[in-house]
Amino acid sequence: MGERCAVVGVGQTKLDARRIDVSQVGLVREAALRALEDAGLGFEDIDAVVIGKAPDLFEGVMMPELFLAEALGGAGKPMLRVHTAGSVGGSTAIVAASLVEAGVHERVLTVAYEKQSESNAMWALSIKRPFQQAVVAGAGGFFAPLIRSYIRRSGAPEDTGIRVALKDRQNALKNPYAHLRIEGISFEQIAGSPMLWDPIRYLETCPSSDGACAMVIASEGAARRAPRPPAWVHATAMRTEPTFFAGRDQVNPQAGMDCARDLYRKAGISDARREIDCAEIYVPFSWFEPMWMENLFFAPKGEGWRMTYEGATALGGDLPVNMSGGVLSSNPIGASGMLRFAEAANQVRGLAGEHQVAGARRALGHAYGGGSQYFSMWIVGSEPR
Amino acid sequence: MSDAGPVKSIVTPTHLEYEYTATGAQAEFLRQIGQGRLRGQRCDECGKVYCPPSGACARCGLPTSEWVDVADRGTVSTFCIVRVPSENIEVKLPYCAANIVLDGSDVPFIALLQECEVSEVRIGMRVQAVWRARELWEPTFENIRWFKPSGEPDVPVERLGDWV
Amino acid sequence: MRDVAVLSFAQTPMKRRESGRSEVDMVMSVVREAVAASGIPRREIGFTCSGSSDYIAGQAFAFVGAVDALGAWPPISESHVEMDAAWALYEAWIKIQTGVCDAALCFGFGRASMGTLPETLTLQLEPYTLAPLGIDAIGMAALQARAWLERSGRSERDLAEVAVRSRRDAKQNPFAQLRGDFEVEKLLAEPTLASPLRRHDCAPITDGAAAIVIAAGDVARRAGPRPVWIRGIDHRIEPHHPGVRDLAVSVSTALAAKKAGVDPARIDVAELHAPFTHQEWILREALALPPGVRINPSGGPLAANPMMAAGLVRIGEAAAQVRSGAARRALAHATQGHCLQQNLVCWLEGE
Repeated sequence: MGERCAVVGVGQTKLDARRIDVSQVGLVREAALRALEDAGLGFEDIDAVVIGKAPDLFEGVMMPELFLAEALGGAGKPMLRVHTAGSVGGSTAIVAASLVEAGVHERVLTVAYEKQSESNAMWALSIKRPFQQAVVAGAGGFFAPLIRSYIRRSGAPEDTGIRVALKDRQNALKNPYAHLRIEGISFEQIAGSPMLWDPIRYLETCPSSDGACAMVIASEGAARRAPRPPAWVHATAMRTEPTFFAGRDQVNPQAGMDCARDLYRKAGISDARREIDCAEIYVPFSWFEPMWMENLFFAPKGEGWRMTYEGATALGGDLPVNMSGGVLSSNPIGASGMLRFAEAANQVRGLAGEHQVAGARRALGHAYGGGSQYFSMWIVGSEPR
Repeated sequence: MSDAGPVKSIVTPTHLEYEYTATGAQAEFLRQIGQGRLRGQRCDECGKVYCPPSGACARCGLPTSEWVDVADRGTVSTFCIVRVPSENIEVKLPYCAANIVLDGSDVPFIALLQECEVSEVRIGMRVQAVWRARELWEPTFENIRWFKPSGEPDVPVERLGDWV
Repeated sequence: MRDVAVLSFAQTPMKRRESGRSEVDMVMSVVREAVAASGIPRREIGFTCSGSSDYIAGQAFAFVGAVDALGAWPPISESHVEMDAAWALYEAWIKIQTGVCDAALCFGFGRASMGTLPETLTLQLEPYTLAPLGIDAIGMAALQARAWLERSGRSERDLAEVAVRSRRDAKQNPFAQLRGDFEVEKLLAEPTLASPLRRHDCAPITDGAAAIVIAAGDVARRAGPRPVWIRGIDHRIEPHHPGVRDLAVSVSTALAAKKAGVDPARIDVAELHAPFTHQEWILREALALPPGVRINPSGGPLAANPMMAAGLVRIGEAAAQVRSGAARRALAHATQGHCLQQNLVCWLEGE
C-alpha cells in the first residue's frame, strides 16, 4: 500500500553468546555501517532511524535508543523505537517500510539488536512479580505443552523436531554470521542431547545471543539508483491476539493465520507453497517449523511435518526454510525478527552467499512473539510488485 | 597507570524498588484463595469464566464483574516435563508443569503436578489441588502447593475440545 | 498527504497512586470511552498503537497485559512503541498515510507510583559513563535549569510563576492531579531538591492512561461534527550526551516545529510537555511563541504527568481546545529523554 519501497542495504553483526569486543554502540554501528556500505550510502543520506529491541531489562538500560541516537547518525532526525516482544525485529522493519510507503521519507535506516549478555535475560524473563503466578517452567515450558498438542493432533513422528534442528544447524555452517555453527553436527548428536522440556532437547533449542541487524529501506526512486539489487517490499502485515482467553488455540494461532492471509492477499499470492520460493521464519524450538508451515498455509493442517520429512524445507527442497540457520542457530531476541526479514531480502537480491537459494525471486520473512500472539510478516521480491 | 590493561567492561550494580498492588479482580481472587476457595469471573457477553480473573474478558474487551465458584479440581489439557532447573522453582527434577482446566473455568490454570511419576501424566487426567496447611493460608497463589492425580477416570480426549 | 483528524480523547482521572484499578482496567476505560466518542465502530478501526515502558511497570513485556483491554478478537493489526504514546500516535498517523487503514486507536499508560521515578530514569542514561554517576532525573534537569537561568538572565521566581499558573489553570481541569492557588513567595521559601529546582518546579508522580482515535478525510467527517485536523506533525532527536549540546535551547523542538509547518503567529494555544518549569521557558523560545499564546490551559505536566501518556494527553488537550472553539489553532508538544533530548510537535486546526 502507498508508495513502493525496497531494501537497498543489509548488514548484520557476527552473532555470538557474548560480544564483549563491542559496547552496545559498537554493536549497532557494526550492523548499520555494513548496511550503509551495502547500500552505497552514508549516514548523511538517511532521513530517519527506526530502532527495535525487546525488553530493556535485557541490557539494564531504559530506552537505550536515546543514547544510541548520535551513534546511528540520528541527531536532527526523527527516531522511533519499536517493542513488540519477540516479533519486534519484524515489526520494526514494517514501521521503517511504512515511513517510506507513507511518502514521508526517502531512505530510512532500521536497526534491531539485543546485547542480552549485558544484563541477565533469564532473570528478566522470570522476575517474580508479586500477586502473579510464578513462571512454572521457563520459556521452553510455555511452548513445550503446545508442541505436545501439535504432535498429538498431527500424528507427526517423534523425530520431526530433530530433523528440523539438523537441517537448520547444517545451514548455519553456510552462514558465517551465525552464532552456533557445529561442525559435523549429526542426527545422533541432537537426539542424544539432554532433554530440557519434553519433547524439546538441548540441541533443538535456540541459544541466547548478542547481535544486531540493520537495513536501509528506500523509496522507488532511491532504490533504482542503488548500486546493488534491491529487494522490493511486496506486502507487510501484523496481527495480535490476547494471550489467554477461553477457546484460544495457541498451537495454530488465529493471529498467525489472519496475518498470513492478509499478507498473501496484499501480495497477490493465491498459492503460497508454489508462489513463494523460500522463507525465513521464527523457529526458536525445532517443532515450530512444521507448526508454522501449517499456520502459514504452506501445508494443510496436520501435514506440516511432512514438508520436513520430505526434505521440502531443506536448502535444495522446493520451499527452503531458514537457509541462514534461523533462530535455532542465533537468537539475539530483539534482532531475530529483523534477521529473518533481512535474510529473506538478501535471498531475492541474490546476495545470500553460500546459503543462497538459486533463482529465489520471492521470499517470506516471518517473526512472532509473546505467547504466540504477535505476528509480523513481509513478502519481498526481485521485481517490484 | 597500572598494568591492568584496557578496561573492557564494568559492572554497575543497580537497585530499583517497585511497589506492586493487587487491584480489583486480582485482589479479590487472592483473598478468596487465601480462604481456600477458587473463584473466577464470567464475561457477560460470551459467558466464559476466567480463573484466575484479570478483570477483563480478553476476547470481548469488556470488564468482567460476575463472580463464580470454580472447583479446585480439573482436567489436564496439556503438559510438559521439565528436566532443566528453572529460576524460582525449587522442585526435584524432572517435574511436570501442566495446563489444567478447572471444573467451572474456561481458561487453563498452569500449575505443578506432583505425587505421581512424570511418565504417568497424560492429557485428560483428572487432578486436584493440594493446599498448604490451613494455619499457613495467605492470599497468594502459593496457597496451592501443587496438583496431584485425583483418581477419577480420565476425560476422553474428544471431550476436551478446543483445549488440546 | 491524507488529512487526518483527532476524533476523540479520553483520559483517566490523574492520581498520585491508582490503587483501585490495574493497568488493564485503566486502559480499558480510556479505550472504550475514546472509541465510543469517536463515532467510528470498533471493527472499523484498522490499526492500534500504544506507548508504555517496561521500566516504569517494573516488568519485561509490560504492554502485553494491555492487549487484554482491547478485545483483540478477531485478531487486530497492532503495534507498540517503548515511547510516550504521542509517538504511538505518530506511527498511527503514518499508517493512515500509507492507506492501509482509515482510522486508528492510540493509547498510553504508566503507573510511575510503583517505582521511584527519578532513580528509574537514571537508567535512561548511557550505561557506560553516565548512568554509573548515579545522577537522577531531577539532577539532570537542574543542570539544564542552571544553564538556562545563566543564559537568559531570568530567575527562580520566573520558574515558580510557571508552577503557580499551571496549578491555578488546573482548577478548571477535572482530570488534573495537582490544582489550587499557590503563592510564589511561599513556594520560593521551600528548600531546593537539586538547585535551582524545588518541588514545585518538577512534575508530580502520576498514574494515568489516555487514548485518542484519529481518522482520515471523509471517514473523519462522517464520524462526527467537529473533527480537529492535524495540519502538521514531526519529531526530532538530539545527541544524548549532555556535554555535546547546548542544554539551554531546544534545537530539535525548533526543527520539528519548522518541519511540521508551524507558524507561531497563528497559534492560539500550546500544550507543552514540560515536566520542569524551566523547560516550559525553553520550549516557548524554541517555538517562538508570541506572548499572547495561552500555555497549558489544562495545567500541563506540572499538574499531572502520567509517564508514557503525558505527551499524548497534550495532543488530546490541544484538540479539545480547538473542538470547543476556545482556540482556532493549537500546538501540542511531547518530549522524551533527559533535558528535552527528543521532541515531537504537531499543530491542530478546526474545520
